[in-house]
Amino acid sequence: MIVGEQKPVQEILQMVAPHRKFLILGCGTCVKTCFAGGEDEVALLASALRLASRKDGRPVEIEELTVERQCEDAFIAEAAEAVSRNEAVLSLACGAGVQAVARRFPRSPVLPGVNTTFLGVLEHQGLFTEECAGCGDCQLAVFGGVCPFSRCAKKLLNGPCGGSQEGKCEVDPDTECAWHLIIERLSALGRLDQLRAYVPPKNWQTSLSGGPRKLIRKDHVI
Amino acid sequence: MNTEPISNLHRVLSRGHFAVTAECGPPRGANGEAVREKGALLKGVVDAVNVTDNQTAIVRMSSISACKHLMDLGLEPVMQMVTRDRNRIALQSDILGAYSLGIKNILCLSGDHQRFGSHPEALNVFDIDSMNLLSTVRTMREQGKDLSGHALDGAPKMFIGAAANPFADPFEYRVIRLAKKIDAGADFIQTQCIYNLDRFKAWMDMAAGEGLTEKVHILAGVTPLKSAPMARYMAQNVAGMDIPEPLLRRMAGVPKKKAAQEGIAICLETLQALREIPGVHGVHIMAIEWENQVKTIVERAGLLPRP
Ligand code: SF4
Ligand code: SF4
Repeated sequence: MIVGEQKPVQEILQMVAPHRKFLILGCGTCVKTCFAGGEDEVALLASALRLASRKDGRPVEIEELTVERQCEDAFIAEAAEAVSRNEAVLSLACGAGVQAVARRFPRSPVLPGVNTTFLGVLEHQGLFTEECAGCGDCQLAVFGGVCPFSRCAKKLLNGPCGGSQEGKCEVDPDTECAWHLIIERLSALGRLDQLRAYVPPKNWQTSLSGGPRKLIRKDHVI
Repeated sequence: MNTEPISNLHRVLSRGHFAVTAECGPPRGANGEAVREKGALLKGVVDAVNVTDNQTAIVRMSSISACKHLMDLGLEPVMQMVTRDRNRIALQSDILGAYSLGIKNILCLSGDHQRFGSHPEALNVFDIDSMNLLSTVRTMREQGKDLSGHALDGAPKMFIGAAANPFADPFEYRVIRLAKKIDAGADFIQTQCIYNLDRFKAWMDMAAGEGLTEKVHILAGVTPLKSAPMARYMAQNVAGMDIPEPLLRRMAGVPKKKAAQEGIAICLETLQALREIPGVHGVHIMAIEWENQVKTIVERAGLLPRP
């Protein structure tokens, strides 16, 4: 899923400062799962902002709404009336959702309330980790199912750097060294010899380096 | 690679001499004189001088230009090149440029992460890794082509080096990695500083067992300890650094004023022990901001004059 984190209230207050009446629009999919922008977070943020603005002596009117997904027009459409009633939209979706909402409502300022951070997994309750950089050419088969492009701080293709220590990454002792994991996993599978092979430079054309990407499924186009 | 030596370092190693290299860190500024001053201390003392490439991700004078300053003094540089800051286009371009200036040795590295450097907010590159860089330089040298397969107008015939850290984890994998580096193009290897001789010997044994010491020149890295706190700091904070406790205690056991002397003594003992390990073809002395001690060490080790 896409993982995000709500922006600090102070930053949000500055962003919404020009508006007296706005809509906080939540998203019920990824950012709900990571506690950044679902229904509950919309309600919490709304109360925090109401309180802060009352303290400032500049009360605001905040409407709350959460749609299933802000990255799909059919769901965004459900917000049309609420959007039209307000001066601006504070979207708690990922960056894609924020943009999709902005595209649908060209006359409303749409502001981001969440920092979209990565594509990751819920490792255990409350811990999310980055596991994919969306490179567009998945090489997990080469690396024993552990992605060095998203999980190694140096994107190394041919083994760990000299700083790998006790399974941790030199860049952050709280982060596992991806290469340690790759070696561990391939050893367990009895396939360590797989790492003897030279991995040539990655072709980054399928990644963002090649420009913004697009997926067209002709069989689904109507 | 049995023909004409590519560089002085190559000549020394291929004739079976015990090679000595040192390190020169370029200044954090445009002061070319600073490079020449450091270089002057190493002249006639070592076979080649490594010039670091924005080491520890701190902005410094470029490796290529510092190499040029050293060459003007008559020293032979080993240009270090990291893949952190340049993509494959810039790396190849700089290799061509460096060779055109007469730089004949290269050490291919991934580089320290910028997180601990002077610009932690920088975007890093890591388009290719050190293994890819080795292979790229070799392809350029041997096939006269760049990575795209385009024929070069003048191939850079460089003597190619790589780094190895015998002390990093996972230990068993370290030799596989060394073998890969040799296959990818490494002619010589410079290791991380060695304090733990037992562990280094175990690594060398594994390398010899795989026949790797026959295929590559291994230069063992040493760094003289300056003081007890520095030793302790390195042991605790430098990733992949293994300084055994007895050595730390030995440094702490001498009076402060004598600590530097003790550090040099340890370095000389290590050097002596390294010379006796089969497959060690030279030593790489990394005396960080202590270049004036290199001559003392090389002299006292009986390694002067240089061949
Ligand atoms: S190889 Fe690419 S697609 Fe596969 S997990 Fe890594 S970044 Fe994602
Ligand atoms: S320690 Fe491991 S994860 Fe971190 S940069 Fe080095 S190889 Fe990559």
